[in-house]
Amino acid sequence: MHLDVRIPIGLLFVVFGAILTVFGLFSDPAIYQSHSLGLNINFAWGLVQIAFGAVMLGLAFRGRKAKTQIPGGTTHLE
Amino acid sequence: MLQHSIQLHSIDYVLLVTYFVFVLGIGFVLRRTVSGSKDFFESGRSLPAWICALGFIGANLGAQEVMGMAASGAKYGMMTSHFYWVGAVPAMVFVAIFMMPFYYGSKARSVPEYLKLRFDEKTRGFNALTFACMTIMSSGISMYALAKLLSAILGWNFHGCILVSGVIVLAYIFMGGLTSAIYNEVLQFFLIVFGFLPLVLLGLKDVGGWDGLVAKLVKPATDAGFAPDTWTHSWSHTGSAATNPMGVEWFGLAMGLGFVLSFGYWCTDFLVVQRAMAAKDMGAARRTPILAAVPKMFFPALVILPGLIAIALHSAGGGFQLPSKNGGLDYDMVVPTMLAHYFPTGMLGLGLTALMASFMSGMAGNVTAFNTVFTYDLYQGYIKKDGDDAHYLAVGRATTVVGILASMAAAYAAASFNNIMDILQLVFAFANAPLFATFLLGMFWKRTTGHGAFFGLISGTVAAGIHHGLSLPHGATVGIKGGWLGAVHVYPSEMAQNFWTAIFAWSTCFFATIVISLLTRRKKTDGELVGLVYSLTPKIKEHDARWWQRPALLGSIVLAFAIVLNLLFW
Repeated sequence: MHLDVRIPIGLLFVVFGAILTVFGLFSDPAIYQSHSLGLNINFAWGLVQIAFGAVMLGLAFRGRKAKTQIPGGTTHLE
Repeated sequence: MLQHSIQLHSIDYVLLVTYFVFVLGIGFVLRRTVSGSKDFFESGRSLPAWICALGFIGANLGAQEVMGMAASGAKYGMMTSHFYWVGAVPAMVFVAIFMMPFYYGSKARSVPEYLKLRFDEKTRGFNALTFACMTIMSSGISMYALAKLLSAILGWNFHGCILVSGVIVLAYIFMGGLTSAIYNEVLQFFLIVFGFLPLVLLGLKDVGGWDGLVAKLVKPATDAGFAPDTWTHSWSHTGSAATNPMGVEWFGLAMGLGFVLSFGYWCTDFLVVQRAMAAKDMGAARRTPILAAVPKMFFPALVILPGLIAIALHSAGGGFQLPSKNGGLDYDMVVPTMLAHYFPTGMLGLGLTALMASFMSGMAGNVTAFNTVFTYDLYQGYIKKDGDDAHYLAVGRATTVVGILASMAAAYAAASFNNIMDILQLVFAFANAPLFATFLLGMFWKRTTGHGAFFGLISGTVAAGIHHGLSLPHGATVGIKGGWLGAVHVYPSEMAQNFWTAIFAWSTCFFATIVISLLTRRKKTDGELVGLVYSLTPKIKEHDARWWQRPALLGSIVLAFAIVLNLLFW
């Protein structure tokens, strides 16, 4: 049985997003003044990544459910 | 070196290490799915189209592409988009609709093997050998570039970079074969998008949006002696080679890049074709390059735009300066300089991880194509014909190790003998330029013979060499840049010379193959050519598929979009 590629992708982005969001909350605001035009890019882009990761995991979960409903059926990923 | 020497903090390392863990984890989980050589080399022909498509594009999206296109964006402006909207999308649609039926539908497991079935042993041998050498060199040069960059901007150890990148790529391919490489390419694709998109957004905001960018790009254009809007148009200034920074005119561009080089790469290079051949059925295989063309079409926003922004900011003379090299700007440093400028620690880790991911996907693409061609076309073809499947699987794994070791050797060769690598690369480029003529005739003219194909290819390669030896780009010295047979023609730029070398090689191969085919006897019967030649192969019925599964329709939509993009940025 194949691994659904959406699972590692979803997990990686949720983990990356979580790390950056939390880091963004506690980091020194000065680093954003000197780099990202004053925008807390770690926090903002961290949230975007969490959302993307969650969508990927959601799709993988839905695909798995569809597969178990049709015994012996294959998932249609397109 | 870099004006902002990049300082990484522990959070950046955490992201990088997390990425490595995922990459290796994918290989580890997938090791159970490899039970035979078909799983290892062809992913068991089981993957859905969207995964193959992202793998297809991921394998092509090496770091040389990411950094090189940003560099070109800064150096040539919007004309760089020709590498996408002219030099990629049409060929991707063509390979999907017209060529995939023969690659996927025949019993061939690789592109060289198609040549054996269609023509003969010698044509396959020539292609397999040049391809195998070329993949090792590309992956070696990729490794070298990564190690050089990381040691320059981060102060990391050069040897350590080569060893770590090589071992990680080796581990995940060794365990999970092609599936593992493709899955990682999909992951890497998303990482590159997520790592570079914020760079583009911040940069655009900084220069005042697209309008601000257009205004700021007047200065670099007029400074270089061109019309004010040269950097923001793709076709407008190609009426003559003298009015644009690339030094090419529309015909050389459309014919050399848009036809010969582009179709030669996307339609015959096993590195990308292998991804489509891993698809679960014919429909999915044909949709792969078309679906891949969709993100490809929008990549200029991701990889060229940073270059445009960088040169705009640089010319505006604010706080942002590109480093210089040999009296000019060091365009290869566009991406690292932008990353250091806009990304604070945290995002910087993500940006570097994305860069690392692009290096690895490029390398892995080469290594998986190499191990397949070596095992099936060279080892099974010439060394041991009748081994059992387990034997070839073992050989494939061993070849992966050898391929990585050879890449490392190539990386060191690139580091110490720059010239030898340049010459070798040129020779292989000569062997590649005429290839599309051979495939075009082979697939669409049943009269093409094995001798015609083989000697046509050789004469095309020789023609490329002669053209290169007789011409020189403006301002270059005789030697590796050309002119070693006596420079009778001077091109305005190296790019113009490349395009025309390709045009000469292709035309020579095309006509030589036709003439030799007519003079020699056809050895393959019509029956043997079923599934290999257009006129002898039953047409695929498309009307029973849903509309979004029909390659011809999807391809037309994608092409229409590409035309619109060309017009928008005309």
